[in-house]
Amino acid sequence: MTMPDTATIVARASALFEDLHFSSAREWKSAVPGRKVIGYMPIYVPREIIHAAGMLPLGIVGGGDQLEVIHGDAYYQSYICRIPRSTIELGVSGRLDFVDGMLFPSICDVIRNLSGMWKLMFPNVYSRYFDVPQNYRDDIGGNYYAQELAELRDALGELGGAPITDDALRASIAAYNENRRLVRELYDYRIAQPWQAPAAEVYLLMRAGLALPVEQHTELLRDYLAAARAVERPRRDNCRVVVTGVFCEQPPLNLIKSLELAGCYVVDDDLLLVTRWLTADVATDGDPLQNLARAFLHHSESTAAKYEPNAREKGQHLVRAVQRSKAEGVIFASPSFCDPALLDRPMLQHALSGAGIPYVSFKYAENSGQMQPIREQAGTFADSIKLWSGQ
Amino acid sequence: MNTNVATMKGKTADVEKDASMRKQKEMMAAHYDRLTAVPQTGEKVCSTFVPGNLNELIGCFDLLNNLPEVNAIQNGLRRTSGQYVLEAEKIGHSEDVCTYVKSDIGMIAKGNIAPNGKPFPNPDVLLLSYTGCFTFMKWFELLREQYQCETIMLHTPYMGDGKITPNMIQYMVKQLREEVIPKLERVSGVKFDIDRLRERLARSAQAEENLVHVLQSARRRPSPIDAYFGGIYYIGPIFGAFRGTEDAIQYYRFLREEIDARVAAGTGPITPEGDMGPEKYRLVVEGPPNYTNFRQFWKMFYDEGAVVVASSYTKVGGVYDLGFRHDPQRPLETLAEYCLGVYTNRSLPMRIEMLSNYIEEYGADGLLINSIKSCNSFSAGQLLMMREIEKRTGKPAAFIESDLVDPRYFSAANIKNRLESYFQMVEQRRAGARSAA
Ligand code: SF4
Ligand code: SF4
Repeated sequence: MTMPDTATIVARASALFEDLHFSSAREWKSAVPGRKVIGYMPIYVPREIIHAAGMLPLGIVGGGDQLEVIHGDAYYQSYICRIPRSTIELGVSGRLDFVDGMLFPSICDVIRNLSGMWKLMFPNVYSRYFDVPQNYRDDIGGNYYAQELAELRDALGELGGAPITDDALRASIAAYNENRRLVRELYDYRIAQPWQAPAAEVYLLMRAGLALPVEQHTELLRDYLAAARAVERPRRDNCRVVVTGVFCEQPPLNLIKSLELAGCYVVDDDLLLVTRWLTADVATDGDPLQNLARAFLHHSESTAAKYEPNAREKGQHLVRAVQRSKAEGVIFASPSFCDPALLDRPMLQHALSGAGIPYVSFKYAENSGQMQPIREQAGTFADSIKLWSGQ
Repeated sequence: MNTNVATMKGKTADVEKDASMRKQKEMMAAHYDRLTAVPQTGEKVCSTFVPGNLNELIGCFDLLNNLPEVNAIQNGLRRTSGQYVLEAEKIGHSEDVCTYVKSDIGMIAKGNIAPNGKPFPNPDVLLLSYTGCFTFMKWFELLREQYQCETIMLHTPYMGDGKITPNMIQYMVKQLREEVIPKLERVSGVKFDIDRLRERLARSAQAEENLVHVLQSARRRPSPIDAYFGGIYYIGPIFGAFRGTEDAIQYYRFLREEIDARVAAGTGPITPEGDMGPEKYRLVVEGPPNYTNFRQFWKMFYDEGAVVVASSYTKVGGVYDLGFRHDPQRPLETLAEYCLGVYTNRSLPMRIEMLSNYIEEYGADGLLINSIKSCNSFSAGQLLMMREIEKRTGKPAAFIESDLVDPRYFSAANIKNRLESYFQMVEQRRAGARSAA
């Protein structure tokens, strides 16, 4: 068998990205009678538990710029972000009619309220608001969270008709550990040679992880890394940036492409955090739920939806991301009307200023069409960075 | 919330009514004086939020309670919030985010002046009761950056499935016992005394009983109160700094007596311009009010003979009418249950059920939603709520939009138009019902 090249791999990821009928998940489901699909929204759910139930976790991140929102707008005022309305659109238009359950993570009041709307609008679908602790002590937040995980495990076991065993959970944790290792390897590879792994490609690969079974996604990442390493691509005189604020409503793919065209290599981002939320391997021996809880408490990403108990730490994760990725600046891209991203922004900016890191900010919507202003802003930012670093 | 209390005095004001208003005004003035005298007295200050506030606990540590939301309301009523919001935007806050936060931050940037004209003291501790709104967390992270003081998080899980589980209670009680209380002891230098807490909780329950009596008086025809515009004054002491105090007990006793007297006399609510005329429409209202044009907003209702008989906003600091009372026998559990049960911590289906029941129970003509532009916690989902409640009750609903404290988003003409067509719709329904009968 010949090894696929990056273009072939990216084409597959791109097809998954564009398919708003989720055909691959539908096919996975219909391949074996009794299979179930559980949708989840940003930013994080323990996909291991869904996987251990023999179900497919399917990431739902709105409709992007391809979906025409016909019904969804009737559910939301103009001053609420786009992702809930396009998600409703996916629901009422029947595109999610094969989804057996939906998880709404604790990210903000909009997704939180959407969990209640889903219960009313789709009463036959299992839906759950997935709460996570904001207290990081093992004996307080940890115990609470382990119990929440146990409730989720029991509910999914019931939905699937068989209890989820600890061994199944351990095997799923191992599968996701492997997947996260590959994701980290890809991110590290991009840090080392961003011209070899363009931001739009990395994004599409991560998006594929929301739709594919984890084993297939791990393979895809492995193939991509091998293919990318095999061919030298032209290197441009771009500056290096971290993109932040993009953890929920997705920026249009064109926006990501525009950043690179404007002269910025994206060397780190907070896109699709679920793929690397847990920053270290989860232990595979002992109590699997406790292990997942510990990983959440002590080895998970920082983001606006999480309380930072240590005042001095606020924003430092971003400073460290810049240092680790050898970035020269930060782009704050936030969805319009996104309270978590926009309220966090000034604090993150203060941390960057303290570390002497330049930044630029703009807003987008998942269906923004006009990229020219963003390209110009990013271009000016890139030029100014080059100017400063050249002095 | 006291600012306009004095101006509420109607032409027919009687002595009894004056008693509660005077009392509230005195309580608020004394509280602000105490706060601004901190540099002289050395008292310590705890900032915290209205929903899920642990006033009884704060009091056990002799801490003075300062509520940034109430300050934002004050700034809205006094029409200073607009400039504060602009100030916050000037220093880097987005135009899209919650205007309560920006009003607070802008106020700090402009000298942090309290309603009595003197500067607020810096807080010694920020008690982040994270209940029913994510913005709270960001707000206190922002204030922590500003004040560099101890910040205590009390995380209240969300009632997503419409119930309080034992796991939620255990989690909260453990946070209270092992995080909140030890930290408050450290900041205040006062040792925790659970009997003191019990006493305060018992006092809370007494006041709560009378508040519920007052709110439920609106079941009568005519309603003796307006449970939204007037209700905002009635909840002031219990949602603010006074739950658990003798002052609150006295205030609610006065208020109850006054309302009972109105019932006995068969009078409707008092408005800023005196007694309301004949009651023509009875409404249930969802969502916070607009504060920058509060009087003008209210007038659009009472000029039409519309009285609000029940509202969700008067439940943000505690849903007492569904039976919850602070229970001195279970001091920490009761605090947990209180936080879990506040209106904004309830799932959307629970909110819908509550409002639908209000429409039935209070004999309302329908529902009005005031959607707040910058408040995701309330606003996201309100259009579905409206449709569901219409479907369940068969009563018409209307939707208006404004903002809490940002005057840029108050369009009097639009709101007035919407209200007028809504009242016409109610009339048509009535005519339809009469001809069908
Ligand atoms: S984009 Fe922001 S405001 Fe909208 S649902 Fe996501 S986190 Fe919430
Ligand atoms: S978003 Fe709404 S509930 Fe939250 S602080 Fe702002 S006004 Fe209050």
